[in-house]
Amino acid sequence: MALAKLKTDTTQARLAGLVLPKGAGWATAARADALARVQQMGLPTKRDEYWRYTDPASLTVAAAPEAAVFVNDETPLFDAVDRIKIVFVDGVFDADASDDLTGENVQIERLADAMARDIHWAKDLYGVLETRSQTPVERPLAALNTAMATDGVVIRATGDVARPINLIYLHADPKSDVALHNLVKVEAGATVTLLETGPAAARLSKVLEVDVADGGAFHHVRAQGRDHERRAVTHCFSRIGADSTFKSFTLTFNGVLTRNECVIEIVGNDAVAHVAGACVGDGGDFHHDDTVFVTHDALNGESRQVFKKVLRNGATGVFQGKILVKAGAQKTDGYQISQSLLLDDDSQFLAKPELEIYADDVACSHGSTSGAIDEDALFYLRSRGVPIDEARNLLTLSFLAEALDEIADAALAEDLRDRLEGWLSRHR
Amino acid sequence: MMLEIKGLKVKLKEEDKQILKGVDLSIAPGTVHAIMGPNGSGKSTLSYVLSGKDGYEVTDGSAMLEGADLLDMDPEARAAAGLFLAFQYPVEIPGVGNMTFLRTAVNAQRKARGEAELSAGEFLKIVREKAKSLKIDADMLKRPVNVGFSGGEKKRNEILQMAMLEPKMCILDETDSGLDVDAMKLVAEGVNALRSKGRSFLVITHYQRLLDHIKPDVVHIMADGRIIKTGGPELALEVENNGYADILAEVA
Ligand SMILES: Nc1ncnc2c1ncn2[C@@H]1O[C@H](COP(=O)(O)OP(=O)(O)OP(=O)(O)O)[C@@H](O)[C@H]1O
Ligand SMILES: [Mg+2]
Repeated sequence: MALAKLKTDTTQARLAGLVLPKGAGWATAARADALARVQQMGLPTKRDEYWRYTDPASLTVAAAPEAAVFVNDETPLFDAVDRIKIVFVDGVFDADASDDLTGENVQIERLADAMARDIHWAKDLYGVLETRSQTPVERPLAALNTAMATDGVVIRATGDVARPINLIYLHADPKSDVALHNLVKVEAGATVTLLETGPAAARLSKVLEVDVADGGAFHHVRAQGRDHERRAVTHCFSRIGADSTFKSFTLTFNGVLTRNECVIEIVGNDAVAHVAGACVGDGGDFHHDDTVFVTHDALNGESRQVFKKVLRNGATGVFQGKILVKAGAQKTDGYQISQSLLLDDDSQFLAKPELEIYADDVACSHGSTSGAIDEDALFYLRSRGVPIDEARNLLTLSFLAEALDEIADAALAEDLRDRLEGWLSRHR
Repeated sequence: MMLEIKGLKVKLKEEDKQILKGVDLSIAPGTVHAIMGPNGSGKSTLSYVLSGKDGYEVTDGSAMLEGADLLDMDPEARAAAGLFLAFQYPVEIPGVGNMTFLRTAVNAQRKARGEAELSAGEFLKIVREKAKSLKIDADMLKRPVNVGFSGGEKKRNEILQMAMLEPKMCILDETDSGLDVDAMKLVAEGVNALRSKGRSFLVITHYQRLLDHIKPDVVHIMADGRIIKTGGPELALEVENNGYADILAEVA
């Protein structure tokens, strides 16, 4: 069958010559398991239902397409925030550029160091949530990441971690092809904020596994960099316990291809999971895909998915979002909204919202819209003297506001809003 | 003249429909003119065309604001030149706070005129004071522009914008409709507080009631895209008592 052959060929071409990195016994086993999963599932092709709107070819091809390094003189994001900086250049940890990996109520280690140790808590998390998330939908690129990744960080929060941890991903080599894998373990009652900023590489595969124990809180704010030619496939896998909070927000600028998958499993009662994103894209080369899967497997869970995309000059946005409410997950409150602001007729937004519910006492809603700038509002602003470009920006930012409002920390949100304003004033 | 409209003819852009069929109107500085007229006669269209709304095509005539050609300017330039329209149906803008909106507008106009922008503190002080006199509370200032405002609140918000922007030529399109008696007084007081030698008003209304509070110098009757009669305040009383039938018959 042609379909099977395409998949097999794609997979074999990618895996040919791949040598798994060495590590401690458990790490070697985890990588070998992951590789076996990749071989068994096969890498995605554009014929796969889950990749219907996004062609994965440039993500699976053996030789990564190059991406020019985008030089700009912007001050680093979150510069004024007191944070622990951890720098990666083209996916390699840069100790000199990084702060000490120490902080109160938190242990931070380089993934490579953790994977070299025979006994380490990371053993129970590395590839574990990824594996759990392979059903009901397969995510072979995440398994490939688990097999290949050598760098990243492992973070264990044991209490209230006051300073956010900022992973800064610099891109310096137009040929870089990178797999990063991060683990975050939030112990019972602990709280941590993770910031991720920057384009990371010409082609990035990134996996983040987050285990939030009862009463824990994980806050995540990410800004994917402005490099125009970069590609990225990222996965966030999270399992959250009773009374816990998980909040993730992603802002995406530019890039030719971004696929962000977020898979959240609510396993404890009274937990809250919010995942949100805003993206701005200009031009026919821009393709951005948010793929989200939230599973409710406990009582009284609340989940929100809020995704907003601003698309112009032929840009493409994709949203595939699912809420799965398992039998017994009563009193689930699930909400999902995906919206695009199309600034011209050439841009397109493809959305596939899904609800699958096996409990009878739940409140779930979803909606998806595509629209243009409201001409009446634009005229109203102009009639008050606001110049047309400024008026458009104001309306565009107001469109994105609902997503940005998902960021709990006002200062972080303000930083991102400023960057968005800058982007909008450059792209008119 | 503050505003000088000559032979203004306007059709819809998308349709072959003539709405204004030759409007002449001259408003001297410091005067208050009122326009009354049956529904659909073209009053709102006139106010939209003057402020630059899309969708209309001027086929003939001119409109000058203090000698400058209004029809040649973008809406924002008309605003900066001193024109203001209080909308018959104020627009809701979800996601934009009323305060942000006001400050953006005030500072954009100041910038266009080469004046220094107001600091956040200065702005806040002025807006609070003006909002108070219109009984607009802090909550209304914080909420998104006009979203969830009652009909009367929207109209008071229009007057607040006018008070903040201090335009030279104010057009009020049925600002009285939807207002209760007390709100009408507030709005009229707001307008009267702005009356000055250098500022003119064009008040579009269906009712004499508003004109009891805002005394007009000149009253015009508009019908079928033309101003068919012009007179003093007594003309509004005539309409109030007898409707338009007599006036329409008179000019027919
Ligand atoms: N965009 C439009 N599309 C179609 N018809 C329009 C449009 N704008 C105005 N018209 C028509 O032009 C005529 C004049 O409308 P306009 O709103 O100016 O009247 P008005 O005098 O303000 O009426 P009212 O007293 O009811 O507010 C009406 O017949 C109206 O239906
Ligand atoms: Mg009208």
